[in-house]
Amino acid sequence: MFEILEKERIGPGVNRAVIFAPEIARAHKPGQFIILRTHADGERIPLTIADKDADKGTITLVWQEVGVTTYYMGTMCVGDKLQDLCGPLGKPTHIEKFGTVVGIGGGIGVAPLFPITKGMHDAGNHVITIVGARTEGLLIMTEDMRKVSDELLIATDDGSFGIHGFVTQVLQSLIDKGTKIDLCVAIGPVPMMRAVVKVTKAANLPTVVSLNPIMVDGTGMCGACRVEVGGKTMFGCVDGPEFDGHEVDFELLMKRLAMYKGPELIALNKFRETDRGCQCTFPGGA
Amino acid sequence: MSEQQKPKKPKIPRQKMPEQNPIERAHNFYEVALGYDNDLALLEASRCLHCKKPYCMAGCPVEVDIPDFVEMVKKGDFIGAAWKVKEKNSLPRIAGRVCPQESQCESKCVLGKKGEPCAIGRLERFVADYAAVHGEGKTPELPKPTGLRVGVVGSGPAGLTLAGALIKKGVAVTVFEALHELGGVLVYGIPEFRLPKAIVKSEVDELRKLGVEFKTNWVVGRIETVDDLLEKAKFDGVFIGTGAGAPLFLKIPGENLNGVYSANEFLTRANLMKAYLFPQSDTPTAKGRRVVVFGGGNVAMDSARSALRLGAEEVTIVYRRTMEELPARAEEVHHAVEEGIKFQLLTAPTEIIGNETGWAVGVHCQKMVLGEPDNSGRRRPMPTDEFFDIECDTVIVSIGNGANPLVPSTTKNLETNKWGNIVADLETGKTSKDRVWAGGDIVTGAATVILAMGAGRKAALSMLDTFGIK
Ligand SMILES: Cc1cc2nc3c(=O)[nH]c(=O)nc-3n(C[C@H](O)[C@H](O)[C@H](O)COP(=O)(O)OP(=O)(O)OC[C@H]3O[C@@H](n4cnc5c(N)ncnc54)[C@H](O)[C@@H]3O)c2cc1C
Ligand SMILES: Cc1cc2nc3c(=O)[nH]c(=O)nc-3n(C[C@H](O)[C@H](O)[C@H](O)COP(=O)(O)OP(=O)(O)OC[C@H]3O[C@@H](n4cnc5c(N)ncnc54)[C@H](O)[C@@H]3O)c2cc1C
Ligand code: SF4
Ligand code: SF4
Ligand code: FES
Ligand SMILES: [Mg+2]
Repeated sequence: MFEILEKERIGPGVNRAVIFAPEIARAHKPGQFIILRTHADGERIPLTIADKDADKGTITLVWQEVGVTTYYMGTMCVGDKLQDLCGPLGKPTHIEKFGTVVGIGGGIGVAPLFPITKGMHDAGNHVITIVGARTEGLLIMTEDMRKVSDELLIATDDGSFGIHGFVTQVLQSLIDKGTKIDLCVAIGPVPMMRAVVKVTKAANLPTVVSLNPIMVDGTGMCGACRVEVGGKTMFGCVDGPEFDGHEVDFELLMKRLAMYKGPELIALNKFRETDRGCQCTFPGGA
Repeated sequence: MSEQQKPKKPKIPRQKMPEQNPIERAHNFYEVALGYDNDLALLEASRCLHCKKPYCMAGCPVEVDIPDFVEMVKKGDFIGAAWKVKEKNSLPRIAGRVCPQESQCESKCVLGKKGEPCAIGRLERFVADYAAVHGEGKTPELPKPTGLRVGVVGSGPAGLTLAGALIKKGVAVTVFEALHELGGVLVYGIPEFRLPKAIVKSEVDELRKLGVEFKTNWVVGRIETVDDLLEKAKFDGVFIGTGAGAPLFLKIPGENLNGVYSANEFLTRANLMKAYLFPQSDTPTAKGRRVVVFGGGNVAMDSARSALRLGAEEVTIVYRRTMEELPARAEEVHHAVEEGIKFQLLTAPTEIIGNETGWAVGVHCQKMVLGEPDNSGRRRPMPTDEFFDIECDTVIVSIGNGANPLVPSTTKNLETNKWGNIVADLETGKTSKDRVWAGGDIVTGAATVILAMGAGRKAALSMLDTFGIK
């Protein structure tokens, strides 16, 4: 059992929790994730390790409520325990001094981008971070990002904060200005990553993306996480989650992510009718 | 019992094991075979001739003392019989249910020459269940701790057997398991209706009572490597029993369509994650209407029968050879046929057909004929130029499992063969790396529960020998 030490709501439907998991905190490297189960009949879901404190023995998770498990986690409180926490999983990010690294985070993707940005920054890279969201209220972790970036560019689709536009437009203008870029790392919703890759392909910039296929075990045993990269089938959990963005079949990933839309909706509706989890109040409400 | 026993030609027929009727059981996950009662066990045991030269024993990979345990059953000493079995086989409730007896112990029984062999597996299951329900009679006395510590990677039958053998000799054991549940394939692969999870759990609890420490959610190679276990955690020895856990695909077009599963994924969702209770449990799975399964082994039978129980209307097994060559246990094939699973034999899938939203809607197949025997002795399937399609909404690829590279790739100086299996001495389990042993499917490739248990036992003996413990 893994105790929740801190929990807060950092945006509409977005939560951050600090969890006591000393062995995972010690072993974690940027780019890796965990798989958790909230309770005995719960499902296994992957979440990126958004931060860690090896001395305190804690890891930080940031999640967006989209379905049964993430909503249920939203109702959990400090002192509650997760049934299972398995990790760190996945290949760590390849970090070295590349020169200038541009990190592009969209929506909840800013959370998984954070430890990579930190790692790239610590390795002596000049880090330019572009974070984007639909609207101001949905921007997360901008202050955390500021601390580990040499330049931070913020964009909102509706112009309510920062640059008015998409992250791809911000990236394009960097390229147009002639900024020397050695590597791009893009994490966010699939359409965003696909759009970023379109821009970087044209500019011939190496681009790493972190994929989020549906997973079960996370150890290479089930193949649920199949993705196609460069025409070859790979297992997202053990061969990734990071891949060469120029080679990824995003259409396939989108289709596979929709595989359980029907049952997920049934489960969510049923979940909303029943009282599950501890019913404490928390900032932001249900 | 009033029946006469003529020693040479037994009149008593091989006793059937009561089972749930096929129509009912096709819709539930309860155990299919219900087991002998005392009377049936006595009757079946009375058929055994207690041979001086027991061929049956030679057919058992761990050489269970079959004549003697069956003799004890005859005398009504069921608990004594269970102990006799346990001398060689530490998980008899499991082996009695899943061993391919017809190709092992029972294939060699002399009764089989003129009639039907003694039902050794059923008797083994009976005595072990009896002992579990009626108390074991005694708990083994543990020797003083030796101070030695062994780390075990993987909690499948190989790792569990090794843990049991070592703890009984005073060696402390810690088992590291990647999943949240202990038992390996016994819990994530083999379905509840064939091997109730409560049985695996009770065997694990038994080991825990003896002092074995278990760490779940612990992926060796990620959280700690085998080298860390030896050098940082200071284990005196490490046993690798990580199984053959990497699913193989056919590499035909359409295999990444929605609705296409590896058997591992399908069975893990159904068994380990209890998808059959969805939405009471949180893990969804395909509730296919028309399901096609590729393959002919135990894994294929389990996938097909699980799909049926999840509510499929039609389940078809597509296999390249004929009924005779099916590698699955005879009992499972028989049960599958009884439950209404269809067999599309002498057929190879060539493509999975998808619709515009990315879902599988059919399988393109090629008819085969049997040619000359290949080096496995089975006749090789040869393609013909006849093709046809099967309509479906779910496909389960069940053509076998390869070695998971995680542990070998993160361990220094650990030799593997060209399939990625760890190279280990089959008699001792010793690997190319000092103080590291390995056994079970990760060494042999996908095999059987009893062979994995045998490998665990042999490695334990070799470790004890290395440590100088008698
Ligand atoms: C390596 C990796 C890292 C991730 N990191 C984060 C993170 O840091 N923060 C975050 O908010 N989300 C992250 N995700 C996505 C997160 O796992 C899903 O949002 C979550 O599983 C949804 O579960 P649910 O029951 O709440 O919703 P559901 O209603 O069950 O699912 C909603 C959608 O989420 C996806 N999904 C469902 N089950 C799974 C599963 N088992 N594995 C992966 N995706 C699934 C499907 O596309 C589905 O349609 C990550 C995914 C991966 C693969
Ligand atoms: C569906 C199915 C049905 C079968 N039916 C039968 C049958 O009827 N009769 C029969 O005799 N055999 C059957 N088999 C085969 C039998 O189950 C296997 O041969 C046997 O389980 C192998 O045992 P093992 O101990 O080597 O490994 P496994 O049982 O595979 O266990 C290995 C364990 O190691 C864990 N692991 C892997 N990597 C790591 C890591 N890096 N760190 C920590 N843990 C790790 C895995 O999670 C797993 O729990 C069946 C197999 C399947 C899949
Ligand atoms: S362990 Fe298996 S092969 Fe050996 S006697 Fe028992 S059922 Fe037969
Ligand atoms: S060979 Fe058959 S009859 Fe003879 S001892 Fe073994 S089980 Fe009994
Ligand atoms: S999640 Fe099962 S193999 Fe990747
Ligand atoms: Mg879910």
